[in-house]
This record gives sequence, structure tokens and C-alpha cells, in this order.
Amino acid sequence: MIYADNAATTKMSRVAIDTMMECMEKNYGNPSSLYSIGQEAKEILEDARKTVAEVINADPSEIYFTSGGSEADNQALLTAARLGKQKGKMHIISSAFEHHAILHTLDRLELEGFEITLLDVHEDGLVRPEELEKAIRDDTCLVTIMYANNEIGTIQPIAELGEICRKKGVLFHTDAVQAVAHIPIDVKRENIDMLSSSAHKYHGPKGVGFLYVRKGIRVANLIEGGAQEQGKRAGTENVAGIAAMAAAIKEMASNMEENAEKLKKHCDRLIEGLKEIPHSALNGDPVKRLPGNVNFCFEGIEGESLLLLLDDKGIEASSGSACTSGSLDPSHVLLAIGRIHDVAHGSLRLSIGEDLTDEDTEYIISSVRDTVEYLRSFSPVWRDLMEGKKEFIL
Amino acid sequence: MALYSEKVMDHFRNPRNVGVIEDANGIGEVGNAKCGDIMKMYLKIEDDIIKDVKFETFGCGSAIASSSMATELIKGQPVSEAMKLTNKAVAEALDGLPAYKMHCSVLAEEAIQSALEDYRNRKENK
Repeated sequence: MIYADNAATTKMSRVAIDTMMECMEKNYGNPSSLYSIGQEAKEILEDARKTVAEVINADPSEIYFTSGGSEADNQALLTAARLGKQKGKMHIISSAFEHHAILHTLDRLELEGFEITLLDVHEDGLVRPEELEKAIRDDTCLVTIMYANNEIGTIQPIAELGEICRKKGVLFHTDAVQAVAHIPIDVKRENIDMLSSSAHKYHGPKGVGFLYVRKGIRVANLIEGGAQEQGKRAGTENVAGIAAMAAAIKEMASNMEENAEKLKKHCDRLIEGLKEIPHSALNGDPVKRLPGNVNFCFEGIEGESLLLLLDDKGIEASSGSACTSGSLDPSHVLLAIGRIHDVAHGSLRLSIGEDLTDEDTEYIISSVRDTVEYLRSFSPVWRDLMEGKKEFIL
Repeated sequence: MALYSEKVMDHFRNPRNVGVIEDANGIGEVGNAKCGDIMKMYLKIEDDIIKDVKFETFGCGSAIASSSMATELIKGQPVSEAMKLTNKAVAEALDGLPAYKMHCSVLAEEAIQSALEDYRNRKENK
């Protein structure tokens, strides 16, 4: 099996599994307890906080452990909204292709009276810093732009966006769920005030993540209760999960450059190979993208049937077609970069892992090519295109 | 649990009656690319019997399986029987479809009915 859906989730690393198992067996104490096994658990927690903080150049006291990326996103937005409301600042800027953990939270804030501006992400899937600068108003309390897109992998000019926000005195949050441990992040240099991360995107366990909040920003609680996480996130800590997250991030961070180089080489080959399929197109900027992400649209076919047939060939991937989203519309990300419905339904996302081989890459290319060709052979849309009854879009 | 029944996967992986009938005397096309599903049915009817049927489909796994099953259900049948084909019959023959995929069976029914209507129109206009 070739697992090419690492943007959905990753396989846990050996070191993460071992750390988790050991922690569950030996360190079952409650970190809030004062006896030794409690304090040992507390130590594991604080070591993990240090490890995680180092990867993004934050201070350990700026790390709040959460149940994952969605919770971190919710908490970051609520934090900024609370602070904004106190000052009568009720305007938030984001982008059109954020993760739903951001977009749906913004919907809720809109109902509470906030005004939301969504920046265009253009055909290349990139926000323009000058457009952000123009969109910021006196009453803007937050800018939230994802670090790297989960579907098309485009990496935003975060340092430039951060600089603009800092200059204008507006809080800047980034959903970095796809980026952390994959590409270098420096919250200080990039002027990031808040950042969300999720462990299972970098070979850690599901159900654990963290929120970074710069010192001096008063964090709003989502969950009230005990004094865990500086009183900002109640509930006995998921010690084993957090320890495993730290083990996973440490390993990934120490191999980051090497991994990225390897992934990029495979992705460049995948892009080159898939481009040869007639009437196909790469989604998102060809260069400013995550090293492991390839996203294509193929005209005249539908994505779900492509995925099912690739699954039969042992390739696990994903698509932005409506049929895979459970709604009638294809991916909001593909629509945001200007792909019309007809071709957005025929999309394929390959998010490859570090263990992919050259042979795997060639096998993926030939399998996708054969499957697209097969599906087109009995697609009435493809027939109309070939007979000139319809114009090709790609 | 799998997304689809074994029957659906069988008809999706090995669709029956795929293709075009060059001298079809009833053709129907339903759906649109915006929604992600288009089905086209070709009928060859002789003496009010469906001698041959072929389909082309742009769509998801259940759309392809529904088209395939619908053609099997009406092949060799009298037109009067084919006219009674319902989406429920297609879905049942496939051992069921997930609730949000039922529209695929509706589309298959509509494609067959549309092709039959085309056949009737052609006959009347002769």
C-alpha cells in the first residue's frame, strides 16, 4: 500500500508509539498531584512543552496543550475576539480558503456582531501582503491566515503578513497545522502572535495539539475548570499524548531539511509526470508549496471514482470532489482559487510521506494516468469535449 | 464498514453495458457537470423490446454502479416494463446505497426514462 494522504493524517512514528506506551504504563500519575509519580508526569509535560516551543522558537510558557488543531484555532479566534470586543474592535480578516475550524468559528463570531473580511487567495493560492495592508482598519482586532493550505499546500508569505500586522498593532494568528515540523517556523522572526498545531500531522497521535500565544496576550478559555495550562485550558492533561507529540516533533524537526528535500524531489517528479496527462492542471503555486503536496485537476472525470480505483491499486489519496465532502459543492479551496465546479470535481490530492520510493512515485504516475484514461473512456463530459461540443477548461 | 456494498463495488469495478450504441433509437442525458454527475443512456429498441442498452457516466462510484445496474434491469425487457423502473429498484438491486448517494439512483431512473421518452418522440415524429 502506498499511503499518500499524509495531509489527512500520518502514521505514528516508532518513537512516538514507544514514548506513548511507556508513558501510559509508567507515568499514570496526575501532573497536578504532589507525590512523586504525579511530579514525574508533570516533568514529562514540561519537557514536552520545552521541546515543542523550541521547534517554533517560542518560550515554553507560551505553549498551551490542546486536543488538537481545531481546538487551538477556536481558542485563538475567541481570544482575539474577546480582546477586540473590549476595545470596540469588531473586524476580523482571514482568507477565503482557511480550514473549516477557522471559517466556521468566524461564522459564529459574525453572528455575535463581528465583521469578517476574507482576502482573495488568487489563482496561485497565495494571499497578497499589499491586499492585507489595505484591508486592515482601525477596528481590526485579528488577522488569521493559514501557514500552508491543507488541500493545495501553498505556503503563505507569513513573515510579510506578520510584519504588517505588528506594524499596525493587530493580532496575527496562523493555523500552521500543515506546516509545523515540515517547514521551518520562527514565531519571533515572523511576528506571529498565535499559532495552532496538531500532532497527528507529523507522526504524533490524534487528539493532541498545541496553541502558541505570545507572552502578554490574555488567553480566553474554551474549557473552564481546574488550573491546568496556566488556568487557560482545564482538564487533566493528556500526558501520554503530549509526550508522544513531543517525541514526534523532535524527530521530525531534526530531519526537517533532509525530509523536505526528499519529498520535494518526489513531488517534482509527480508533478512532471501527471502534467503529461492531457487537460490536467496543477492546483496552487508550483514553487511556494509544501514539499509533500501535489494537487491536480483532471478534466472530464470525477474525483471519488478516481480515489476508489486508486484504492484498488493500493494507493490512498484524497479529492476535493463534492462526493467525497458529503455536500453538493466541491472543495471551497479549489473554488477559492477559481477552479469552476466542473473541474473541481475532478481533483486529486497526493500528500506523500517520507518513506515514498522512486518506484512508488512512478507507480503512482502510471496508475493515475491509466485510471484517468479509463474513466474518461466512458465519460459523456469527455466525449463532448473531444467532439468539440464543449470547450476545454484546462 | 465499507463505504459501499459489495454489489455497488462490483458494478463500479466491472460496469456492465458501458459504451455507445451508434444506431440507438432512444438517447437520454441527465445531470450536469456542476453537480458532479452526468449520465447518458443509449437504447436500441426493436418490436418494443429493449434489445440493447449502453451507458456513459461522469460521476462517483455510486453513479457508475447505478447506471450499470439500471441497464441490467431493463435489458431485454419490453418498453412497458422499463417504464416502470424506479430509483428504489436500482438501489435495492445494488443492496442499498448510502443515504446521501440515493440521488445517484434517481439520476439512473431519470436517464432511462429520458431515453425512453426520446424513443417515443422519435416514433411519433416518424
